[in-house]
Amino acid sequence: MNEVVAGRRAADLAGAGASLSVRNVTVTYPNGVTALKDAYFELGPGTICGLVGVNGSGKSTLFKAIMGFVQPSHGEVRIAGLPDREALKRGYVAYVPQSEEVDWNFPVLVEDVVMMGRYGHMNFLRIPSAQDKRKVAEALERVGMTAYRHHQIGELSGGQKKRVFLARALAQEGRIILLDEPFTGVDVKTETAIVELLRELRASGHLMLVSTHNLGSVPDFCDHVVLLNRVVLAAGPTARTFTQKNLERAFGGVLRRFSLEGGELHADDDRRGVTVLTDDERPVVFYGDRRGESEPLRRKDDEDKS
Amino acid sequence: MSELLSPFAYDYMLKAMLVSALVGGVCAFLSAYLMLKGWSLMGDALGHSVVPGVAGAYLLHLPYAAGAFFAGLLAALGMAIVKQRTRLREDAIIGLVFTAFFAAGLLMASIYPTAVNIQTIVLGNILGISDEDVVQVLIISGVSLTLLLLKWRDLMVVFFDETHARTVGINAGALKILFFTLLAACTVAALQTVGACLVIAMVVTPGATAYLLTDRFGRLLALAVAIGTTTSFVGAYISYFVDGATGGVIVTLQTLLFLTAFYLAPKHGVLAARRAPAAAPGMVP
Amino acid sequence: MTELWSFFAEPLSYAFMQRALAAAILIGAVCSVLSCYLVLKGWSLMGDAVSHAVLPGIVIAFVLGLPLALGAFAAGLACALLTGYLKENSRVKEDTVMGIVFSGMFGFGLVLFTKVETEQHLNHILFGNMLGITARDLIEVAIISIGTLLIVLARRRDLLLYCFDPQHARAIGLPLGLIHYALLVLLALTIVASLKAVGIILVVAMLVAPGAIAFLLCDRFDRMLIVAAASAIGSSVVGTLLSFHIDGATGPCIVLVQAFLFLLAFFFAPRRGVFALKRP
Repeated sequence: MNEVVAGRRAADLAGAGASLSVRNVTVTYPNGVTALKDAYFELGPGTICGLVGVNGSGKSTLFKAIMGFVQPSHGEVRIAGLPDREALKRGYVAYVPQSEEVDWNFPVLVEDVVMMGRYGHMNFLRIPSAQDKRKVAEALERVGMTAYRHHQIGELSGGQKKRVFLARALAQEGRIILLDEPFTGVDVKTETAIVELLRELRASGHLMLVSTHNLGSVPDFCDHVVLLNRVVLAAGPTARTFTQKNLERAFGGVLRRFSLEGGELHADDDRRGVTVLTDDERPVVFYGDRRGESEPLRRKDDEDKS
Repeated sequence: MSELLSPFAYDYMLKAMLVSALVGGVCAFLSAYLMLKGWSLMGDALGHSVVPGVAGAYLLHLPYAAGAFFAGLLAALGMAIVKQRTRLREDAIIGLVFTAFFAAGLLMASIYPTAVNIQTIVLGNILGISDEDVVQVLIISGVSLTLLLLKWRDLMVVFFDETHARTVGINAGALKILFFTLLAACTVAALQTVGACLVIAMVVTPGATAYLLTDRFGRLLALAVAIGTTTSFVGAYISYFVDGATGGVIVTLQTLLFLTAFYLAPKHGVLAARRAPAAAPGMVP
Repeated sequence: MTELWSFFAEPLSYAFMQRALAAAILIGAVCSVLSCYLVLKGWSLMGDAVSHAVLPGIVIAFVLGLPLALGAFAAGLACALLTGYLKENSRVKEDTVMGIVFSGMFGFGLVLFTKVETEQHLNHILFGNMLGITARDLIEVAIISIGTLLIVLARRRDLLLYCFDPQHARAIGLPLGLIHYALLVLLALTIVASLKAVGIILVVAMLVAPGAIAFLLCDRFDRMLIVAAASAIGSSVVGTLLSFHIDGATGPCIVLVQAFLFLLAFFFAPRRGVFALKRP
């Protein structure tokens, strides 16, 4: 990409920032099924937003609508203040796919995949420049995959595979990153590393939308949530939105609910009831009563930080 | 020794060998993509679907490539319409449409056997190719090769991760249309060297052989083109001594090469797999 | 009216036509039944593959003085087995491997054919020779077709379960591996029987079209079998008669009549057709 275009792109981002507006988006497939109805939420820069919903709730449809794969029957998506088509052409959005969607037998090496992230910046003939190569090396370094750069992608472990695609998103320098179920099949060490990376990106102004049905982890790292079940049931900061009541609405009868009374649990003065909601991935635990409206349990170090 | 060099003394043989090599190379370029996606049936279907177009072109004294292209387009359209409106699986639809088209071509040939030489269409006849047909093949191959050399990386991204392609500003839809148009065009060219029934080998086998020999797509492409070009050239050369059946010789060579790679490939061959026990994924040092 | 009558009556006065029509009925029946399973299982490519792979088998059988049907059968089966072996031991996709194997075998068969002196016409092997069926051919076709039909009809439920819901089939203890190979054997037999009528290249049509037509018209499998048989037998008979009258090749006529029937079903199928006569 030549310097004039690069300069324009930087100016755009400085102006509109990394923002995502989904306004009254309705998506109906040709077979008549309405997968998404009047979805509405707005997100700004420096955010990690969890997109929470069961399978079939419209999460993938929402992603497809943002990426321009399906045309909403009405409503619009605006990215960084531009219509989504325009923003995509300029490479503002990066996408980290689910593991199942990738053909791991494709003859590409780790560094080839990360270089694909640079294609939006490259010239017509797709010859990588010195800057492209530098960005690829930096991205690999940041996710800790430099040692593996010459391995074919099928040779990697689950966590390593995920990191490669994160590196691609980093190399692309997209201000908005969509992550599709990033924690499935990933070991704890990688999950921690990914969360850490997402926090760094948030600090530098990126906007991340993370689709997940892994409930327990959401309060750990998402500062915003969107609860989806064909319609947006709730959207907003996690503390206010990720409540027991909203979760039960979002997940219908799919969650298992365990309620334990405070006195039975442990011999101390803490009389709060504990409610555990789980869809068998990771449970989310609510303490009842004492603080009025139930709050989701957060890890000790996160509480200290907030 | 001079016996072995005799094909080079004849103009028609030189023509046949060089045209074969060119067509083999371009088809092999496409085969890198087709074999990764497992699109064998589509390759076979295209080869057969164009036959009524060629037959019609010969009857109406039009360039054969134009008729072939038209028939290919019609077939693709038919498949798309049936797919959209029925619950039939894709492979059944493809099978249905291409056999109907092929049957139509055969019927035309059986009713007008002098105007339409069905053997040539179905089995190829590069040794007897006319000069007008050579021109058509050269144009098709030249244009296809140029476009492929310009766009091969973008095509790779589209076929590997279409979603990502869209996020970096690549027009995935347009590239897919381009790819299938080039595939149709190369099918038309390959009719000359191997005929309708063996087109599938040209657009699948070289790429698969290369796939067993390398992990990088760029090298895969180069290897596939080298294999396609060489086997087509040598196949045409050998067919001088075998008295025809050029297509059969080329395809047999390509298949033998594949089987050799299947056994002997240094990393992905069967013997290599037996020597080194398979490492679990992620256990790389 | 007399014209319509003579369309049917005139050809029937010839012995070769009587044999051709008998073969048409037998081949139509067995192909249609297999076709229902192939369409459900997604085996169109498999049908394409096995039908092309028989060529070298036929030539080698001729050279060794063995019955051609035996050579065809062996080659067809070899193709399926080789495909399975190559797929298991390499990272190449199954469909790709299938394409390589069958086209390689077909190409090799063509080379063999040109080197071997044979009075068989390549055209007849490739495109069928319905109107030249001898009494001996007819007996061969009858034995293979009826045998195959009986086996399929006897085990039709097991085969259906394997094609439609292999997980459930395994859960109730059906031997999936055995059924897979049984279906391959039945496919090879069907192809061998059909070679006389439509030849190598068009057998695929006989293996796909009847099932596709029935799929558009039926919701239940037993009905599918009947509709497929009716359309296959009907188009075989009409196609043969048509080729007699217009003096064209028989195989293509049969396939085109079948394609026409498909179009009728596509446009007018009750509930699912484009111009459906009744809507739900």
